[in-house]
Amino acid sequence: MKKTLGVLMVFVAVCLAAIGLSDVFLSAGNIERLLLRIGLFSILAIGVSFVIVTGGIDLSIGSVVCLVGCGLPWLLVEQGWSVGLTLTVLFLVVGLIGWGHGMLITKLKLQPFVVTLCGLLVYRGLVRGVTGDRSLGFGSEYESLRQLAQGELAPSLLLGVLAVVLAGVAVYGWMKERRFRAGVVASSVAAGLAVLGAVLLRQSEFGVKFPFVILMVVAGLAGVFLNLTVWGRHLLALGNSEEAARFSGIATDRLVIVSYILCALLAGLGGLLIVLDVGSAQPSDFGNFYELYAIAAAVIGGCSLRGGQGAVIGVVVGMALIQVIRNLIVLVIPKYQNLEFAVIGVVILLGVIGDEVFKRLAEKRRRLT
Amino acid sequence: MSALLELRGIEKRFSGVHALKAVDLHVDEGEVLALLGENGAGKSTLMKILAGVQRADGGEIRVGGEVRSFRSVAEALEAGVALIHQELNLAENLDVAANVFLGREPSRWGVIDAARMHREAGTWLKKAGLEIDPSTAVSELSIGRRQQVEIAKALAVNARILIMDEPTSSLSETETRKLFDVIRDLKASGVAIIYISHRLGEVQEVADRVTVLRDGEKVGDLDKEGISHESMVRMMVGRDLDAFFPRRQGEVGEPVLEVDGLRTLAFPAESMGFSVRAGEIVGIAGLVGAGRSEMLQAVFGVDRRLAGEVRVGGRLVRGGSPAEAIAAGMALVPEDRKRDGLVLEMGVGENLSLVTLARDAFPGGFRRGSAERQVEKEMGEAMRIKTAGAGQAVGRMSGGNQQKVVIGKWLAMDPEVLLLDEPTRGVDVGAKHEIYVLMEALAERGKAVVFVSSDMVEVLAMSDRILVMHEGRLGGELSREQASEEAVMALATGGKL
Repeated sequence: MKKTLGVLMVFVAVCLAAIGLSDVFLSAGNIERLLLRIGLFSILAIGVSFVIVTGGIDLSIGSVVCLVGCGLPWLLVEQGWSVGLTLTVLFLVVGLIGWGHGMLITKLKLQPFVVTLCGLLVYRGLVRGVTGDRSLGFGSEYESLRQLAQGELAPSLLLGVLAVVLAGVAVYGWMKERRFRAGVVASSVAAGLAVLGAVLLRQSEFGVKFPFVILMVVAGLAGVFLNLTVWGRHLLALGNSEEAARFSGIATDRLVIVSYILCALLAGLGGLLIVLDVGSAQPSDFGNFYELYAIAAAVIGGCSLRGGQGAVIGVVVGMALIQVIRNLIVLVIPKYQNLEFAVIGVVILLGVIGDEVFKRLAEKRRRLT
Repeated sequence: MSALLELRGIEKRFSGVHALKAVDLHVDEGEVLALLGENGAGKSTLMKILAGVQRADGGEIRVGGEVRSFRSVAEALEAGVALIHQELNLAENLDVAANVFLGREPSRWGVIDAARMHREAGTWLKKAGLEIDPSTAVSELSIGRRQQVEIAKALAVNARILIMDEPTSSLSETETRKLFDVIRDLKASGVAIIYISHRLGEVQEVADRVTVLRDGEKVGDLDKEGISHESMVRMMVGRDLDAFFPRRQGEVGEPVLEVDGLRTLAFPAESMGFSVRAGEIVGIAGLVGAGRSEMLQAVFGVDRRLAGEVRVGGRLVRGGSPAEAIAAGMALVPEDRKRDGLVLEMGVGENLSLVTLARDAFPGGFRRGSAERQVEKEMGEAMRIKTAGAGQAVGRMSGGNQQKVVIGKWLAMDPEVLLLDEPTRGVDVGAKHEIYVLMEALAERGKAVVFVSSDMVEVLAMSDRILVMHEGRLGGELSREQASEEAVMALATGGKL
């Protein structure tokens, strides 16, 4: 929770800097794009954080995004399948991919890094081979399906939903006396968003795209799963100490497999929304490096790659931070916008170093007392 | 004449735990000093400081009258102090000569002078009582012989003080004899030996003097004449045996745990069976590596069973998953509590409720916070767990408290059969006594208690019946009347009564 608070502070600071440095940052169009991107990428990040909590990793996310992103227009447009059949088959395949990763990792005891690295190569390779590596798109068709990514929600409605969710979080934080910090975080987030919302509401052309709304639903469910259910606790326990969890009668293999399935399904959902938003996909680069964005957000958001730690809010804020930095670079130094990766890399590194330094200072202080 | 090695006022603290309190110790040339103490008394810490693995917070070390401070193992070796680890530290992929000279290979222009290395290794091996070809691969040697290679390695760096930590814990009877011969030779050549063991019979045989530690303090010395089983135990536990080991003559009931034809992955060729009655405490003795932990883990279902049936209260318990065993009323306190027993980064409450979490949950899998808090409160009180505040990660607690959390976690589910694997390892004397009282109380309430232990005193004092394992099978069974250290050792090393 402390970590989430830290990321949140950095996020607020970067936002303030962005407001100061660019007049465009707060414009309706910019915020709209930003929220859309935060929505799309956070869905991937939440998926991978389940896997990271178990102490694993999933490098195949970008390729799964590519599989769904290219598979959807290919099956619909080129093969002429119906929407229902296409979605069913795609998500079945993606689910099977996650299940396969989990089985190889738990039953054959292969290393997650290796298994999912092979996945990264295999899925993209298959898509490129089968589709002939051609650009795939919807043209002007499937407008109603594309509404899933392009449709907008009136901001006032969204603020209403947000208020309900945040109230829920706050009540939960208040109920768990030890975790009052959750309430603090929730109320500060609520305050920030309310201010932002008030500013935006005055601009009539502003709307919140559905992917961000979908993210909120996904994040809410993930948060409830991780914090309130038996399985969430079991997942954290197994991430910390798989043996201790197994000796306690927890079905550790099953939980790990479920995590990989969830990760793959959310990657698939992300890929679906991204292609519906963009309208076309190129098999050779659609979703390239997206796993790294997702993993980075999870790490910034407080997941330890050693496993056993993770907070959903932190992961979302982590991804928001990455996206705002990206946006900032494009807005402020458009000439050097290709520095994007370098800047994000440095920021993540600084964050991790800062975290470690703080941890050591705290440890020292603890030892002295 | 000053002692070859002398420690004065050695102090060591680990975050909050005062592990060593002004400990003095000395050993002369050609002397075998046995260092005794219960688990957690500070023996290992003291020896690590002596061997340069850890640094003392205070006090001084003198070698041959000269004050030394060891910042590393290399510096300790240079001063002539070498530690022979309980877990042997040899590179199995290399041959014996390469191990003897590991890190100090004789070389010319950076190229290893293999001929010289093998020649010289041969002479050191001979001094350690080992007549083998120095080009033998270490992986082909028995544990006893590996130990002799370790000794040769120590002698090769001119060690004058050898520390042997539980050297016989995985040796057979003949290998133990052989080791004692080597010790006698080393003594004759003026090497001082600090010998750590739980086997009091061996200590009586091999030691010239005994120093006893208890809870980080030196309790006293016993000279050759004063060494007896009684005197050593009394010094180690700090009170009379009867007060330390609460024993009653309770009634035993029907068999609760029945194991039949069990074959484990570790010893696929051996099968074993036994039963434990309600109200009975059964101790499982044997050498390290005899398959005791593997047996418990197969019974509990952590490890796969190759064959065999396990019944609790007459009901068959399927293998392959601890969940089945837990549902049948079995609990296992594992040997390695940090790895298998606890989620170290979580707090006391989260650990205590780990087993009962699913049972107490709301429909839909939602955790029931009130049940968790109740388990934390009840077990925290019943086990007298001391925490430094709510939410303290169990990884930061003392060994005794950690073990209480592991046991409490299992008691929360109210098991019919409690399996304990080395329950008092690394636990202070006070907590140890509490654990004994607890085992006794459980037996009193008609539970079946099975415990594996390498601590001979504990096995002899706490067991209604002792099962001795040898190389994966049941070497024999001893009733309370038959039980003695000699009888246990005879069965443990494959002998007969």
